[in-house]
Amino acid sequence: MHDSGSKGTTRWRRWLLPALLLAALVGLWQIACSTGAIADALNLESYLVPSPAEVASSLWENRGLLAENAWVTLREMLIGILAALVVGVGFAVLMHRWRVLRDAAYPLIVASQTIPIVVISPILVVWFGYGIAPKVVIVALICFFPITVNALDGLRSVDPEAVKMMRSLNASRWQRFRRVEAPAALPNLFTGIKIAVVIAPIGAVFAEWSGSSSGLGHLIQSDTAYYLVARQFASVVVLSALALALIGLAALAERRVVTWR
Amino acid sequence: MRQDIRVKPESRGSQTVEARAPGRQAPADSISLRGVGHSYGELQTLDRIELELPAHGVLGLVGPSGCGKSTLLELVCGLRAPGSGTIEVGGATGAAERLARCAFMPQRDLLLPWYSAIDNAALALRNQGMGRREARAAAAGLFERFGLEGFEASRPEELSGGMRQRVAFLRTLIAGKPVLALDEPFASLDAITRAEMQEWLAAALRADPRTVVLVTHDVEEALYLSDRVAVLSARPARIVAELSGPAPRAADRDAAVTDPAFVAAREEALHALRGS
Repeated sequence: MHDSGSKGTTRWRRWLLPALLLAALVGLWQIACSTGAIADALNLESYLVPSPAEVASSLWENRGLLAENAWVTLREMLIGILAALVVGVGFAVLMHRWRVLRDAAYPLIVASQTIPIVVISPILVVWFGYGIAPKVVIVALICFFPITVNALDGLRSVDPEAVKMMRSLNASRWQRFRRVEAPAALPNLFTGIKIAVVIAPIGAVFAEWSGSSSGLGHLIQSDTAYYLVARQFASVVVLSALALALIGLAALAERRVVTWR
Repeated sequence: MRQDIRVKPESRGSQTVEARAPGRQAPADSISLRGVGHSYGELQTLDRIELELPAHGVLGLVGPSGCGKSTLLELVCGLRAPGSGTIEVGGATGAAERLARCAFMPQRDLLLPWYSAIDNAALALRNQGMGRREARAAAAGLFERFGLEGFEASRPEELSGGMRQRVAFLRTLIAGKPVLALDEPFASLDAITRAEMQEWLAAALRADPRTVVLVTHDVEEALYLSDRVAVLSARPARIVAELSGPAPRAADRDAAVTDPAFVAAREEALHALRGS
């Protein structure tokens, strides 16, 4: 149906243009650093303004350390997202099923978003200690909102006429959920998951800053004391690569599951 | 002759399908409405509606937009409870009992995009607890009979508007209910497809008669397909005229709708509509 040639071209353009822009920006940064332009402008020693090449070599030299800490942060994120997914979807289903619960809880869930996570993060460290638990809780807390709200929106997006149709076709409450409401909610749920995946690193890093002995957030923080700016950048690169990989994974899962769009 | 290509005689279906498909027994119920009134809060939509429909009869409901004819259909199906009066479907008056006896086809086809055409058509069988393979086999016979052969595995978005409506109608038919409640089934189609679908539905009902309540805003469609047409007034809806066409569901639609008696009935219905 589609012109495969033009489709191929647009796919190329979708990847090529951002890649070119990124290369140009990195190139500019490299030139600005090697001429000392940024360091001079900021009146800093040049080692405090690492060039992309220096960041890359730091990335390579510290690969073992970075991988170790990346694994810690990745685990915090994955368990946190998973917990948010289970609790968020469960809660959305309950709120969809019982109107009273939705009316009571939904405003509170929205209002809870005004509480900055940075504020509760030290409290959770006091409660749960320096282990993985407070990090998972923080990640889960910030991922809970987009997942729950989007899942609920999806469940509510079902056409009331479709519900009538299903009722007159002998569908039980469970069959209506299983065959109409749940599939209808999936695209919205994936939107929520993709948002959650993007913000999960923020939660993990904040949680690590509040008290931890490992993880990329911890590494960035402790490198500040030694002015290891190149390695800090390397940590940032790894962190954003992790997030990108998770988004890619979520998008892939969406394409496999939501085949009708 | 065209409709005979579209809807094949029953003998063409396989034997197992004949035994399985609930449509074959053609159960039917009579319907009776006495003094039915309904309102949404302050807004009165229906006013003392009286209707009688024998088993296997087709009743057309026409009226101006927003007059409450869809509400009336939902009341008959037991999807809503009336404010006053009684509704009887096959002797049952409770909403849940009526719902068990009526299959509702909504205005838009509302095929579920995550299911193939045949899984959409077989939805009622799956809801009744039939396994997927069995349900598909039962629906496949009807796909063949109703001119949808070869489109079983198609996703709804791959089908034309007319085909989608046919799948939606089969979905309603396969439920095996005594009453079919059709809410403007062809409203979304273009004029030519709509005329074809009317012929198709007429053939389907000739082959497999049911008690049908058909809501439409198209007087011609109502007169061609129904044994009796009730014309409703603007809100609050009352029945202002009851009339019938000379040859309901005639094989030759073009001849039927140009018949002088049909034209006269159409004029009478339009007059009643305008006068309301």
